[in-house]
Amino acid sequence: MTALQAPPRLGITAGEIAQGRRRRTARRRLVVGVLAALIVAAFIVSLCVGQTTYSPREVLGVILGQDIDGASFTVGRLRLPRATLAVIAGLCFGIGGVTFQTMLRNPLASPDIIGISAGASAAAAFAIITLGLGATQVSIFAIIAGLGIALLVYGLSFKGGVVGTRLILIGIGIAAMLDSLTAYVLSKAAQWDLQEASRWLTGSLNGARWSEVVPVAIALAVLAPVLLTQSRNLSTSQLGDDAAAALGVRVERTRIIVIIAAVGLIAFATAAAGPIAFVAFLSGPIAARIVGPGASLLIPSALVGSLLVVTADFLGQYAFNVRYPVGVITGVLGAPYLVYLIVRTNRSGGSL
Amino acid sequence: MTTAHTLNALDLTVGYGDRTVVEGLDLQVPMGGISVIVGANACGKSTLLRAMSRLLAPRGGQVVLDGRAVHQTPAKELARTLGLLPQSPTAPEGITVADLVGRGRHPHQGLFSRWTPADDQAVADALTATETAALADRPVDELSGGQRQRVWIAMALAQQTDILLLDEPTTFLDVSHQLEVLDLLTDLNRSRGTTIVIVLHDLNLAARYADHLIALTDGRVHALGTPAEVLTEDTIRAVFGLDSRVVVDPTSNKPLMLPLGRHHTTTER
Amino acid sequence: MPPSAPPAVAAPATARGLRRLRPLWLVIALAVLGAVAFASVGIGSRDVSLADVIAALGGSTDGFNEAAVAKRIPRTLLAVLAGAALGLSGAVMQGVTRNPLADPGILGVNTGASLAVVTAIATVGLSSATGYIWVAIAGASVTAVFVYVVGSLGRGGATPLKLALAGAATSAALTSLISAVVLPRGDISGSVRSWLIGGVGGGTFSSISQVLPFLAVGLLLSLLSARSLNSLALGDELAAGLGERVAVARGLAAFGAVLLCGAVTAVTGPIGFVGLVVPHACRLLIGVDHRWLLPLSAVLGAILLTSTDVLGRIVARPEEIDVGIITALVGAPFFIYIVRRQKVREL
Repeated sequence: MTALQAPPRLGITAGEIAQGRRRRTARRRLVVGVLAALIVAAFIVSLCVGQTTYSPREVLGVILGQDIDGASFTVGRLRLPRATLAVIAGLCFGIGGVTFQTMLRNPLASPDIIGISAGASAAAAFAIITLGLGATQVSIFAIIAGLGIALLVYGLSFKGGVVGTRLILIGIGIAAMLDSLTAYVLSKAAQWDLQEASRWLTGSLNGARWSEVVPVAIALAVLAPVLLTQSRNLSTSQLGDDAAAALGVRVERTRIIVIIAAVGLIAFATAAAGPIAFVAFLSGPIAARIVGPGASLLIPSALVGSLLVVTADFLGQYAFNVRYPVGVITGVLGAPYLVYLIVRTNRSGGSL
Repeated sequence: MTTAHTLNALDLTVGYGDRTVVEGLDLQVPMGGISVIVGANACGKSTLLRAMSRLLAPRGGQVVLDGRAVHQTPAKELARTLGLLPQSPTAPEGITVADLVGRGRHPHQGLFSRWTPADDQAVADALTATETAALADRPVDELSGGQRQRVWIAMALAQQTDILLLDEPTTFLDVSHQLEVLDLLTDLNRSRGTTIVIVLHDLNLAARYADHLIALTDGRVHALGTPAEVLTEDTIRAVFGLDSRVVVDPTSNKPLMLPLGRHHTTTER
Repeated sequence: MPPSAPPAVAAPATARGLRRLRPLWLVIALAVLGAVAFASVGIGSRDVSLADVIAALGGSTDGFNEAAVAKRIPRTLLAVLAGAALGLSGAVMQGVTRNPLADPGILGVNTGASLAVVTAIATVGLSSATGYIWVAIAGASVTAVFVYVVGSLGRGGATPLKLALAGAATSAALTSLISAVVLPRGDISGSVRSWLIGGVGGGTFSSISQVLPFLAVGLLLSLLSARSLNSLALGDELAAGLGERVAVARGLAAFGAVLLCGAVTAVTGPIGFVGLVVPHACRLLIGVDHRWLLPLSAVLGAILLTSTDVLGRIVARPEEIDVGIITALVGAPFFIYIVRRQKVREL
């Protein structure tokens, strides 16, 4: 800690404050713009490039509804829903994850760690293997379980108010229990179910269909604005519960609204694409690095998540001689960063 | 600025879990001056402050600001009149001083409303008043303890409330920084007329800086008055269970408490 | 703020009572262990008579019943050993980290061992039992050191929150590496998956004899460090003031604990929460003196794991539920209970 010398001057004008603020907003706008452009670029590339490569003109034709030999099927039926799901699921994971991290003031407290993904996964494994349900029912199961687990963790950590640290620890305990349930269900699985389930559990966009994309898109359209309205309350909450309450934030209410919206997003995305490893975890911290401190991270983090999923899915399909599901790619890429993040977080004791 | 507010606790009972900390407390907070709340550990000082600023719901009785129960007042509306600086707020990592102080504008902003020149002006005024203007673009993490506390006070000032409650704003500061913070609060009180209520541990500093001293014991007000009225050997024995001598501090003409232990006592007694 | 002292510090009066009862508890626990072990040999998917059990214990393997019992003997032995090792290792870890939530499962040590074993199976085709053990111990040690170092960085040292988060996050990272290793290898995924659920069903005398030397060394190191753990419980500085070589004592004790849980994990697969639950229960019974706490944790760990294994054979007849699953289902609520009991500032 460097103690600074006594300030040389005493006053500051509103103009100077405004200037500094505008500088930071400009940086945030630039980051958001660049990220959005990158996502569009990655989206287009993943539509054009593959076993057969089509020109952007052909791809555009397919999107506009023209019937082009070969391209109509490959691009229109296979690549387009897949890439769209990648973009949307990434947005959901990114914004949901950073919401939790901001709310609990800890970058490690992402839905991956505190049991929400584990709940959705256990429910899906149970639905696929034990109940033998189809895709839609599995999704519904996963969504309900994700929300249920979130509320359970919240309820169990309630003891004269919810404290972030307690919630995280209880989430970890619940996650451990659910993981072993999942393992048990898997151990009883027949070969075919097992493949289906483990594909689901790693997170994969294989065989994405429009019927899977639409619910996630609707969830995003409904819940993301809810989160955005809470953005300012959320960033004020970072000052601590007492300070936030003293500034007029209704801490508990904000927390409930935000949890339901964020878990909803995560659960819908998980139901469609599986718990794509670490996207919810990594988007926030990455966004924080590029945007800089102080700004709201919801939108930048959503964009980072989206970019991560689109890119990782593309890499997984074509970069190796084995086709890896997207979850393995994000998992392997994410693990070292995660480790770095743990070290850094603990060293500085910090938030995002 | 004249403070035409009233802030009263009426038969207030507050607690955590199954523990009642404040019970049947009545208090009329003196307006316009600096009030300092003192008392032994766990006597309910912080709890009282938290209840007055709507952080804790009362079990019984109520806190009334300008004739309206604070727990029936919308949070943001209350936060435009009454500010609280809690004991250990956390600064998001890497946030700059100007940004942090800007967070104090929260109660003045709507759901999507944009940042206004009035907000900028409030932040600038708060930084100027706390002499932290030169630090505006520094990350809060890099500041020393005393500077950081001034920045937090600046944040509370940017909230532009007529009443400001502070929970032990001098803990973890060395003695010169403690005086610096209390001098700053005195300046604010004298120049802006802000009513200031502080919880303090150090009796002698409390006596020196308070216009009104409030002594709590067992969740009740034991004595309220000027430091000379409150800081007596009897009150100290009743509130802290401590034998002491009270003399007049030659530097400030305020009462000064000298604790008596079992050893090292020179004179009578 | 210094890390919190071990919980459940008893008041002086009850402490004296506890002290008198300590030998009694140990004797009772040993008796219960005997009963549970006997039950474990007797109970299974095939009902056998008491006479068969006694005959089989006498070495007879004639007839189906005696053969079934004979198969259950190594399984029971493994359950006893593994439970003792895990209970002891948990008690030592909680002492070393001065942290009530320390457990090989929560700290990610089991996952570390798993990743090491899985990688070895997939890359160099490791299949010998001794090989498993070495690899698992290596993986467990590296992970334990890493999680502990990371968890104790920064303000406040190794607080329960930081350690648990470091463990859970490391665990998550390692788990995703495990699936990356296993996924392209359809040929080994079945055996790896069944190994990843901890169970003692596969215990044989040969696998037990492989692991025994490791357990013996771990046991010795752990029990010898009891006195050091008592001084470490007062905080590093005070322990040093009492003449303890803090780093050495902590290193030896931790190594003993890692040997125990690494070796067990190699044979049984990861079994969580035994190391968490048992020491807490023991502290309630006999207080915080590690010289008694460690042996009793071993015995209680053995009781817990053996009886859980029996339970897993009863509830799902004729199927079996692996012991690792039941311990997680029982242990996680207990973990939550401990978390809720802690004061916020101690987290």
